Amino acid sequence: MGLELKQISTKVGGHTHLYPLSLSPRTNELTVLLGATLAGKTSLMRVMAGLDSPSSGTVWVDGVDVTGQSVRHRNVAMVYQQFINYPSMTVYDNIASPLRLKGELSENDLDKRVRNIAERLHIDTYLSRLPAELSGGQQQRVALARALVKNAPLTLLDEPLVNLDYKLREELRDELTQLFEAGESTIIYATTEPSEALILGGYTAVLAQGKLLQYGPTREVFHRPINLAVAKAFSDPPLNVIDGQNTAEGILLAAGITLDIKLPAAQLTKDALVTVGLRANAFTLQKTPGSLKLNAEVALTEISGSDTFVHVSTPLGSMVAQVPGVHVIELGARLPIYLQPSLAYVFDQNQILMHAPHDFSTQSFEAVWG
Amino acid sequence: MSTAAKPINHRAWWLVLPVVLCVAFSSILPLMTVVNYAVQDIISPDRRVFVGTEWFTEALRDTDLHEALWRQIKFSFWVLAIEIPLGIGLSLCMPSKGWKSSATLVIVALSLLIPWNVVGTIWQIFGRSDIGLLGASLAYLGIDYSYAGNANDAWLTVLVMDIWHWTPLVALLAFAGLQSIPDAYYQAAQIDGASRWAVFRYIELPKMRGVLVIAVLLRLMDSFMIYTEPFVLTGGGPGNSTTFLSQYLTQKAVGQFDLGPAAAFSLIYFLIILLLCFVLYNWMQSSRTTHEEPAHGA
Amino acid sequence: MAKIELKLAHSYKPNPQVDADYALQPLDMTFDDGGAYALLGPSGCGKSTMLNVISGLVEPSEGHVLFDGQDVTGLTPQARNIAQVFQFPVIYDTMTVGQNLAFPLRNRGVEKSLITERVNVISEMLGLSSQLDQRAEGLSADAKQKISLGRGLVRDDVSAILFDEPLTVIDPHLKWQLRRKLKEIHHELKLTLIYVTHDQIEALTFADRVVVMSHGKAVQVGTPQELFELPAHTFVGHFIGSPGMNFLPIVVHDSTRIDVLGQTLQWHDTQSKTHATLPAGELTLGIRPEYLSITKQGASNTLSVQIKKIQDLGTYFLVGATIGSHHLKLRLAVDEVLPEVGQTVGLNVINSRTCFYKNEVLVA
Repeated sequence: MGLELKQISTKVGGHTHLYPLSLSPRTNELTVLLGATLAGKTSLMRVMAGLDSPSSGTVWVDGVDVTGQSVRHRNVAMVYQQFINYPSMTVYDNIASPLRLKGELSENDLDKRVRNIAERLHIDTYLSRLPAELSGGQQQRVALARALVKNAPLTLLDEPLVNLDYKLREELRDELTQLFEAGESTIIYATTEPSEALILGGYTAVLAQGKLLQYGPTREVFHRPINLAVAKAFSDPPLNVIDGQNTAEGILLAAGITLDIKLPAAQLTKDALVTVGLRANAFTLQKTPGSLKLNAEVALTEISGSDTFVHVSTPLGSMVAQVPGVHVIELGARLPIYLQPSLAYVFDQNQILMHAPHDFSTQSFEAVWG
Repeated sequence: MSTAAKPINHRAWWLVLPVVLCVAFSSILPLMTVVNYAVQDIISPDRRVFVGTEWFTEALRDTDLHEALWRQIKFSFWVLAIEIPLGIGLSLCMPSKGWKSSATLVIVALSLLIPWNVVGTIWQIFGRSDIGLLGASLAYLGIDYSYAGNANDAWLTVLVMDIWHWTPLVALLAFAGLQSIPDAYYQAAQIDGASRWAVFRYIELPKMRGVLVIAVLLRLMDSFMIYTEPFVLTGGGPGNSTTFLSQYLTQKAVGQFDLGPAAAFSLIYFLIILLLCFVLYNWMQSSRTTHEEPAHGA
Repeated sequence: MAKIELKLAHSYKPNPQVDADYALQPLDMTFDDGGAYALLGPSGCGKSTMLNVISGLVEPSEGHVLFDGQDVTGLTPQARNIAQVFQFPVIYDTMTVGQNLAFPLRNRGVEKSLITERVNVISEMLGLSSQLDQRAEGLSADAKQKISLGRGLVRDDVSAILFDEPLTVIDPHLKWQLRRKLKEIHHELKLTLIYVTHDQIEALTFADRVVVMSHGKAVQVGTPQELFELPAHTFVGHFIGSPGMNFLPIVVHDSTRIDVLGQTLQWHDTQSKTHATLPAGELTLGIRPEYLSITKQGASNTLSVQIKKIQDLGTYFLVGATIGSHHLKLRLAVDEVLPEVGQTVGLNVINSRTCFYKNEVLVA
């Protein structure tokens, strides 16, 4: 579906839920809506689906204005956080229901489609059960099957994995990426987790407080956030933010530390104030070439299975460092950590990106600004 | 939760039209007739004089009316004061799970199923000292009891009858409220070492607030409009000791055929109840919005 | 602060015969006084049941629960002096924050000045001291959970604090603050803390020792490091780590020759952490994505695999490779040379981090 949103906004009671924004999700590709809770992701999805009319602006599908049309006339599939299934119907009937409503298929074809999608989602052995008899993960697969069997040109998924335990989330996410690769539907996937956006790939639209901040290929939005707000929204653990000043020798930070980043005078005046953003992986526990040493005191170590996030306080402020592997470090321990300046992002006074780390990929980005 | 305007569907209005016409025919037009009567003096079918607000002022000055109103307020007050705590107490004793729960619910609800004039008749016979169980027992114990002759006895009987009839409604509503409290609260209270009274005061009562407001609203309105049961039981007597507002009104309109003042007063009566509903409903709405959790994922 | 011992089993059926009949398979576990423990596992693994057995809300069908050596199996949660924090905040709506915190002490008849002092100490620790006079019901979810926690902490004779997935309703960007708070509290008060979760970050961050559970069985108890480096069971290897361990079916011919899906590799017992010898026959090879490295195809003692997919995850690259019908994942740092999709490369699957499993249990 060629979906276009032109300057749409939504207001409820005196509250603005979405400020005027324009977005054209890439046709038949995956677009991730990334943002914190209450950023406006659900509001945006509801406008895309036709569940809500925008307070201003227009919605276009394949060149036709569908702004007032209710969702029943649009061919849309939606999956929610809360495993929504028809409780009194079996799994088979649940999945078949959208096809039966349309009434276009013969019973034979319908049966084939239902069994096909059930097999792809590994629920083919549960077809005669009721949703209440299934586990959470299985119920969500039924909801997914019901949405995907429609082959609707637009499929919306609103944080569908958030109520599942994390291992199940990993597994389903892998399955979803495979299912989406078939590429016959425009898919919109909302999430609060930056890592999920990165794993799913595709394109990402970053939302914050009802505003669309950036839209582009996921890798590009991650490696080249156009401003500080995008960088903050697209970092987990949180972005380390340090104030600095542009000098002839580089960017001067607190405690006399200077980052060897020289920006041309055309971009930035000599004594301008800047903000430096460092993702957690800019810090390491071992010395690497070009890194700067900082004395740190550990406030907390969070272990996430494959990485350790060390929260430290340093002369530059409180920082979070991401270290691969499992390391158990005592609270209050003092140790040196090393900052890699080449991984720093520099933002000017207006929080616009001035400098980003050297990009390691060999591919070039396509720029599609939102 | 975004509640932006849904796409407007005008076809819905056509479906509602028949209902609107029925309601207009059966309620609004008769109401207009009452208003008509309230502002005219009908001396004979073809002699009508427009008197404006005269009936209203006369109604408001009528001392009999004031007495009936006062009686009504006292009655509603006692009904609420007894039925609400009693209903809550009953709901706390009702089992919450299993076949015992269903059985208790059915037994408790029995008195709600009885037609109101039958309720009056039951108590009328019940209270008679010759053939009624209550009356005979009291006579046996040597207690002087006559709901037809003694004004206090009549009051008491009407009150007890109403309590017997309607407390189960409060109990059922309170029971529903209790069922919605998650187990974790009781477990936490147990862990905190709270006494049974503390559990009631700090967990059960606050969480039942919504249903209790409904219960109070229903009982207040119903008791304010009560007619059939006292009418069947005592006919308003002895004298006019149990003549509540609605009966006073009927006496005026049907008995004395004073249509003008009766119509005027029925409008005033209507407005009083409307005001009570409005106040309580708004209070209910405001207490509900302060309890709502912030919506997840806008 | 108490040492808790569990020697029990729990079943909802009157005569449990097979493992599947048990909600909690027979176990013998000790939680040391002042230790922080996590019960980690997927939904339905029995972790909540175990928590309820410890707290006294559920009585085990067989066996005993001991607190400091005393049998408390028949005692209520109140009598065992435990505190519990639930999945959703449980607070008394009509009271202020301060009154909520004081409630358990008031019920126990503690003297007023002592109550005030204790409430102040605990609210300071939790960061609630500025909100003591506010009504509890208007606060955010994380503040309410802190109050729930505070009610457990005010009692200085509490034997253990039990947490049942307490961060479920907390906003994602506030979760780490609460995790930090819990860690600080453990550091300061040295209470026995038992935490139930299905989230490995919470479990591994919070606990000194983690009990990994599956299908009613405690599969491994160990420190986060032990669980990561040397999973005693394939389930632990799979469950811990993002992504989890890679598994390949192998056949061992003699103690140095291993047949992996048609390719032969060598193994020396000096490479193993446990220095055990490999039993012959069908085994499972386990290796974490972090410990795989890529070299040229055909290099000595490497497995030939085909690169299927490369994902940029910002701080590292996740590479998917296949051999036959098996999929493997490996992590590459941002500055490493990336292979190309479709390329066949050699994978170092046999190294000092490789684990071998027979019937899902670690043998080498």
